[in-house]
Amino acid sequence: MKLRAVFAAIAVVSTGLAVLAAVTDGFRATTSEAAWRLAVGERPQPLPDATLIDQSGRSLRLSALRGRRVLIEFFYTSCPAICGLLASQFQAGFERLISQSEGPEILLLSVSFDPERDTVTELADYAARLGADGQIWRVARVNDPIELRRLLDASGVVVLPDGAGGFVHNAAIYLVDAEGRLTRVYDPEAAERAVAELGG
Amino acid sequence: MIPGLLLYVVLVMPPVAARLEGSMVGHMLVQIPLLALAGGLVARGVVDGRGAVLAGFNAGGFPGLLVAAFAAAVWMLPRMLDAALRSPLIEATKFTSVPLLVGVPLALSWPLLPPVARAFVGANLISHAAVLGWLYTVAPNRLCTRYLFDQQATVGVALLVVAMALLVGWGWVAIAGAPIGFWSRDRTHSPLS
Repeated sequence: MKLRAVFAAIAVVSTGLAVLAAVTDGFRATTSEAAWRLAVGERPQPLPDATLIDQSGRSLRLSALRGRRVLIEFFYTSCPAICGLLASQFQAGFERLISQSEGPEILLLSVSFDPERDTVTELADYAARLGADGQIWRVARVNDPIELRRLLDASGVVVLPDGAGGFVHNAAIYLVDAEGRLTRVYDPEAAERAVAELGG
Repeated sequence: MIPGLLLYVVLVMPPVAARLEGSMVGHMLVQIPLLALAGGLVARGVVDGRGAVLAGFNAGGFPGLLVAAFAAAVWMLPRMLDAALRSPLIEATKFTSVPLLVGVPLALSWPLLPPVARAFVGANLISHAAVLGWLYTVAPNRLCTRYLFDQQATVGVALLVVAMALLVGWGWVAIAGAPIGFWSRDRTHSPLS
């Protein structure tokens, strides 16, 4: 093998490794979800404001929750799979929060991405089944589809119709800090741990 | 050269691209390999002109093979498939880089590789397809956020089929020999052997 070819091979390997490192965040993320979690952890992402309608039919702006940390999950009530795990985790976190003698500094917010079927009545039934109190844990929908789309995009949530009337979506728990910025993405089974870590 | 250009033009057509990218199998196992094939066919058409210029840098074919391997590795990353669907710039990068950095160097380098290197590449291709296929079929989470879970499992099965087909094809060529005229006249045995 000629010397020129040896140098060429070394240059190719060096460049190739550099490119692979660049597109995987230093070999740490090969999937979009992992890359998003890394990005959020390193650079808090601002969340757009949105008008939420909760299980009692009350309207509130997402920005009105600033000043307190909020754990958010995105779900739809007729989900047959992962949303149930998220809900049970929020239940465990909620029980931990209400057991505190002082007022909790963390709020829980479940946001439906299926406004067509998840009416306020449907949300109220869902909240009642889970025991969400409407104060510490709110279950809500976003009426405006544009606001919902912006909120999902800013949170890194991709929702795809599954062809059977439901949705396939990435499931996670999102920590929003007191300034309204997305600062961390937890695994779906980590809500109770997240509450504990956050001092709740 | 002309078949490669024609293939590329067809693949770039928006309805064809949309159709292939509509499924994970179409995107990962049809569109990207065909883009590489288009680049390779074009390169084989102009190899006499450009091959001599690059021959010194690609002696033995290893540098070119490495270019193709790294470029292919980038476009097999699940996040790059997602990114191509999300960003027109990344999509354009895919349509440019796969033919130029996978197909062209592979076509120019393969004839230069010694038989043992071809065997190494073939064995690696089969084993990687099999392992990746198995991983895609058992992965509990979606690797691409833009594709449904069942499409991921389909890619896994398809990769296992590809691995099996390559293995059978390789075995057939090794035992029965290549079809007459398939390889160059003076080669009577498989280039992988």
